[in-house]
Amino acid sequence: MRLAIDHATTYHFAGPIRRGLQRLRLTPLASRGQSVIAWDIECDGAAFECGYDDEYANRVTLVSLTPGTREVTIRAHGLVETRDEAGVVGRHSGYLPLWHFTRDTPLTVRGERIAALVAGLDIGASGDQLATLHALTERVRAAVVYTLGASDVATTAEAALLAGRGVCQDQAHVFIAAARALGIPARYVSGYLLIDGRAEQEAGHGWAEGFVDGLGWIGFDVANAICPDDRYVRVAAGRDYRDAAPVKGLTSTVTPAEGAEPQSDALSIALSVQAVATA
Amino acid sequence: MTTPCYDEMREPDGTVRPAYDGYRQWLEAQPPGLLKRKGVEAEAFFRRTGITFNVYGAADAEERLIPFDPVPRIITASQWRKLSRGIDQRVRALNAFLHDLYHRQEIVRAGRLPERLLQGNAAYLPQMAGFTPPGGVYTHIVGIDLVRTGEDDFMVLEDNARTPSGVSYMLENRETMMAMFPELFTRVRVREVSDYPRRLARSLAACAPAAFAGDKPTVAVLTPGIYNSAYFEHAFLADQMGAELVEGSDLKVEGGRVAMRTTRGWQPVDVIYRRVDDEYLDPLSFNPDSVLGVAGIMDVYRAGGITIANAPGTGISDDKAIYSFMPEIVEFYTGEKPILPNVPTWRCSEPDALAYVLDNLAELVVKEVHGSGGYGMLIGPTSSKKEIATFAAKLRARPDNYIAQPTLSLSTVPIFTKAGLAPRHVDLRPFVLVSPHGIDITPGGLTRVALKKGSLVVNSSQGGGTKDSWVLDD
Amino acid sequence: MLGRSANGIFWLFRYLERAENTVRLIEAGFRMALTRDSGAASEEWRSVLITLGMQHAYAARHGDDVTGAHVFNFVLRDRDNPASVMAMIEAARTNARMVRTGITREVWEAVNESWMKLREIFARPVTETRLRDVLDAVRRQATQVRGAIESTMLRNDIYHFAGIGTFVERADNTARILDVKYYVLLPSLSAVGSSLDNVQWENVLRSVAGERAYRWLNAGQMDPRGIASFLILDQRFPRSLAFCYAQLQANMGFLANEYGFETEAHAIYQSGYGRLSALTIEAIFEQGLHQFIGEFLACNNRLAQQIQRDYRFVE
Repeated sequence: MRLAIDHATTYHFAGPIRRGLQRLRLTPLASRGQSVIAWDIECDGAAFECGYDDEYANRVTLVSLTPGTREVTIRAHGLVETRDEAGVVGRHSGYLPLWHFTRDTPLTVRGERIAALVAGLDIGASGDQLATLHALTERVRAAVVYTLGASDVATTAEAALLAGRGVCQDQAHVFIAAARALGIPARYVSGYLLIDGRAEQEAGHGWAEGFVDGLGWIGFDVANAICPDDRYVRVAAGRDYRDAAPVKGLTSTVTPAEGAEPQSDALSIALSVQAVATA
Repeated sequence: MTTPCYDEMREPDGTVRPAYDGYRQWLEAQPPGLLKRKGVEAEAFFRRTGITFNVYGAADAEERLIPFDPVPRIITASQWRKLSRGIDQRVRALNAFLHDLYHRQEIVRAGRLPERLLQGNAAYLPQMAGFTPPGGVYTHIVGIDLVRTGEDDFMVLEDNARTPSGVSYMLENRETMMAMFPELFTRVRVREVSDYPRRLARSLAACAPAAFAGDKPTVAVLTPGIYNSAYFEHAFLADQMGAELVEGSDLKVEGGRVAMRTTRGWQPVDVIYRRVDDEYLDPLSFNPDSVLGVAGIMDVYRAGGITIANAPGTGISDDKAIYSFMPEIVEFYTGEKPILPNVPTWRCSEPDALAYVLDNLAELVVKEVHGSGGYGMLIGPTSSKKEIATFAAKLRARPDNYIAQPTLSLSTVPIFTKAGLAPRHVDLRPFVLVSPHGIDITPGGLTRVALKKGSLVVNSSQGGGTKDSWVLDD
Repeated sequence: MLGRSANGIFWLFRYLERAENTVRLIEAGFRMALTRDSGAASEEWRSVLITLGMQHAYAARHGDDVTGAHVFNFVLRDRDNPASVMAMIEAARTNARMVRTGITREVWEAVNESWMKLREIFARPVTETRLRDVLDAVRRQATQVRGAIESTMLRNDIYHFAGIGTFVERADNTARILDVKYYVLLPSLSAVGSSLDNVQWENVLRSVAGERAYRWLNAGQMDPRGIASFLILDQRFPRSLAFCYAQLQANMGFLANEYGFETEAHAIYQSGYGRLSALTIEAIFEQGLHQFIGEFLACNNRLAQQIQRDYRFVE
């Protein structure tokens, strides 16, 4: 399937920018199941600084925000050809050893709730990791009900379990923490998803991948209870959302004059994912 | 503590060893009271020049002096040749090891290094994985801490692969000695150390990113600022190299480079010799609250726009748990037997070793795996029963946090005391420069000396002093 | 060079200059107070505090009790006074440490040694008996630093930023003394020729170390116009406004030449110096001495701030 993606994020800063950088992970790369036909990032109110592949083999673009401006728009858009590989991404590549994906991160710290969630799921000597991960998907889906607005980007897996609600990111974090509790390497993936009848979306998508001996990395989208197919585009991966976040920024703005009405930063996202005819 | 320790100046029968013969002849010809007078002069000199040292955790930020002892520590040309070969080999291995750790980890795959030493080790920086620094150099500057127990017995006590400090003392000690005893240097031929800053500048410039190596690369020294304990050294080296001494606030990412704010505008830096720890280097990559570093420097680094010396993540190679594997590491990467041995080390993470260590605490030195500067360690023979018991509890609670070593009978060199010359324990930190052109070892290094009689702790933060270290010319 | 280093050099030399000028002011005040009754002496010390802009800080510490020993201890060494001479020497040394690579070893050692000496001197209260020695010591240290600069520093941008700091500060200090004492120099019919006025005039000259130079140049002729002209327009006198601005012209001219561009600060300087060199003392008195000084101080301050911006002292 050929997907056309257009993803624009606009930041409205409370005051004129003094200095600011944004680290973008907004470029999908070719992998099993996808090839990139065309892709581009355009900035308004920001300038390209440098680009490189990070430790997770994600393509990173660093941009600096133009001092004095208050509004910045980052637009990533292009065409990606996808194939249904039943979620299989394949062998581990890159130079980070697999154990790296079995360790806690701030967002996926394993606590008693994760322990309770995986109770009884132990794989055993001849256990089937794949079946375990599928079963885990169901458990997470039941334990964290998909709900908009109940969490934010800083919500941890344990906190999401406590709340019992969350978005795809929270479900993925719970899945990752739980898989690691079972001794299975797991990682977070950010990307895009084609949704039938909803070309215009509010946010990108996020899901998890677990490493299964013999098969390699396999995707699990808890929110939709499936393994990613040709409606999915992988953009970046890492131990948790923070490693794979589409945008990580550090901005300082000019302090508003005394007595000025305090304002807070705001952002708006315009995202469209559509299937298009191949030429 | 019963074994007699090796006196570097005198044979057991009191005769002066050949290394010190020239010095002895000179000393005997001097008027009495000379050393004492010179010692006072040296202190005034250091105060005036501002060679000071802030002690961590001291109540006030008062600047202190590291005591300087006017008796040189002397190494013969042939001893130094052997040492150099060993140091060269070890530093080559360290760089190869670092490259491997951040790439395929062949040493782990080959079963020569347990993976668990890397897992959860904060000194292993994932941000470095899959990246090769410009010129392939990780540790541009290394300090190898050596101790001596006999005529030909030098051992490596510790590798300093992050940001070894103390080289300014090596240089100033020599300047001071030459100023105080000029005629001594006409009698005894000592190998030069004063060109270290020039060699450092050359070595760093040779590591500039390939794209910017063309004309004279711009080198800058990054310091945490004037309140850092080693600020004097940062300023001293920048000054001697003719490099700018920058702070994080002087730098920003611009045009895909790291640039410094000059009176003429923003000027790109090619090589940054940073004296800021990894954690504070880039708030966008590491500690987000750091104001000592440069946001985005890691991005520019991975994109090939700057050289960072030493490379981030080199701390994994001087981790004390890794240290115990250095003989294997040297052999794995060089294919040679290690020339310089390690100090025998028990890894408390191993049950048998732990049991032995607990049984023999009173005889051993126990160190924290990640600690430095002599903090958080136990020196069995000089500790009370109570201290040992307290430490044993800590050890049982977290055995993998500790290693243990025998109490070595470190060699002694005389220092000048009120009662005349008296032997004190010493170690030696030679400084090593690494560039694509090769490995460059400055003859000698920094000799640290425990000023208290019988003490084995040479750290300047714990009452140690320094000496000028001589390598004799052939 | 780094913008931050230029900032450090600039302030290092402003602080050194200010410390030295403060000491002269104390010296003049002390001498004046010795020759007056206690009420007038107190008035004299008050005017020293006003010139230094310390009257409020002093009042917070000592209230209305304005006596010599309190004043000079407050000005020289009081820990509660962030602008004390000791605090300035301390700040100068901190700046020198920060720009250690921009100054020669001799300059650093001179600054460091001053700090060590003065810290020792100021460790205990200064008595009237000890005052002269103390003031001498501060002056001597300042001279030593200046000597080290002149004989060892490269004549590059660092040297010229040092000059800018020195002469911006000195012009400010001389103008401030004039600002507080201008009334002494106003031609007044009743007091002309009275001995009091002569003493006051001499005191103004003494606070800028100009009494001998003035006498030498003017053959002992004391008159307000002559003194005002000497302090404002006489380029031969190293503490006159005209001298400071001639030096600034050289310093800023060097930067323009070396960097290949002029800045807004150069424009501000042109308007300031242009006015100074075109003026006569008659025109100044006609405009009003007080108003002239007020405008000069404002312009000098604007110049300093623009230099800091143009040469990126801070981001």
